[in-house]
Amino acid sequence: MKIPYYPGCTLNTVAKGFDTSARESAVLLGFELKELNQWNCCGAAFPLTPDNVMGLTAPTKVLVNARKEGDTVTTLCSVCYNVLKRTNKVVKDDKEKRSVVNTFIEEEYDGSLNVIHYLEVLRDKIGFDKIKAAIKRPLKGIKAGAYYGCMLLRPFEDMGIDKADGPTIFEDLLKALGCEPVEFPNKIECCGAHLAMGNEDVVTKLSGSVLSSAKNRGAEIIVTSCPLCQYNLEKSQKGLEGGAGGTQMPILYFTQLLGLALGQDEGTLGLEKNLFDVKQLLKERGI
Amino acid sequence: MLIKLGKENLHSEFVELIERISGEELANCYQCGNCTGGCPVSYAMDFGPREIIRLLQLGQEDTIKSANSPWLCVGCLQCYCRCPKGVSAAKILEALRQLSLRKGESHEEIKEIPFPFLKNAPQQAIVCGFRKFVS
Repeated sequence: MKIPYYPGCTLNTVAKGFDTSARESAVLLGFELKELNQWNCCGAAFPLTPDNVMGLTAPTKVLVNARKEGDTVTTLCSVCYNVLKRTNKVVKDDKEKRSVVNTFIEEEYDGSLNVIHYLEVLRDKIGFDKIKAAIKRPLKGIKAGAYYGCMLLRPFEDMGIDKADGPTIFEDLLKALGCEPVEFPNKIECCGAHLAMGNEDVVTKLSGSVLSSAKNRGAEIIVTSCPLCQYNLEKSQKGLEGGAGGTQMPILYFTQLLGLALGQDEGTLGLEKNLFDVKQLLKERGI
Repeated sequence: MLIKLGKENLHSEFVELIERISGEELANCYQCGNCTGGCPVSYAMDFGPREIIRLLQLGQEDTIKSANSPWLCVGCLQCYCRCPKGVSAAKILEALRQLSLRKGESHEEIKEIPFPFLKNAPQQAIVCGFRKFVS
């Protein structure tokens, strides 16, 4: 099975490990992430104001290119997923905007693509049971906080990846990998997002709340699907150069954990890029 | 705070523009404050989302224009998801931000963005930051 795949800018650069761990774990699970032949940045923010049609052009171009390669596209970054899925819905449902966007980019796109997150591929196309059966290195007893953040879920009526009142897709995957998922109150709260540009103190406070909330419930690591959440959560801890936070917790992409559990070659996991190394913890647990 | 009320406030061009850009009807908000209750950044705002909507309902253009609130909204949509009336304060704050940017008034100067941030931050943070802060 080949699934057309949109990496997005960040996975092509600073979050390379997110990309390589996903591709490799796909192979171990018997499918292939087929990178789109042509793609551009999604715009990194869905235009909130409905009169801002210009903000829909970049993501629509991505959708047009993806449609040429099949009826489904998958992505890993929560923001790309949010932008592409919401844009697709606007183009599909709003005739007037569809016509403006198509005229501008000189394409004829109708919104007939199915935008899914890699987590949905794992749940719906592979199945968590099958993943569980394929595990070579169970992450026994690792207490992991599944951090959804904002973009995977909100607005609930557009995203629909999971139930609005208590999503579990992330925890279900962690269970399949042998981890012990930790419920924590801030799991769907914001990390501070783009305020990293110019408002670091706000990010430190917001991410700090996420970190302490997870730590207070016993989490040893936090797992995310967004490179910006990963960056903000790492930066808001007690880093090598000081830092305001009181925690020192490894922040991993869910695909890094998946790859680890599937016995993937560690060279393609990108763990060395993480500010706080998870290897020590694995060693302590004999994993 | 002294608030002057009159026809010129309640039906101002500014308020109409915000309604048009955001697509939200300000009168739909009945001020329950659920939005501010869920807003992760309201603690740092001059006026929380509920207050911003109230000030707009009362046409207080000058007070709103100097507020830092639109620049702090992260667009996490907690406000919208909690609103019993389906009002999106995030869209209203975005409209206020758009109004400044469309007039060419940037909130951040590109040359003042620290180099380590540009070098190390995820591309999405830079792209999104530029779109939200730079005209």
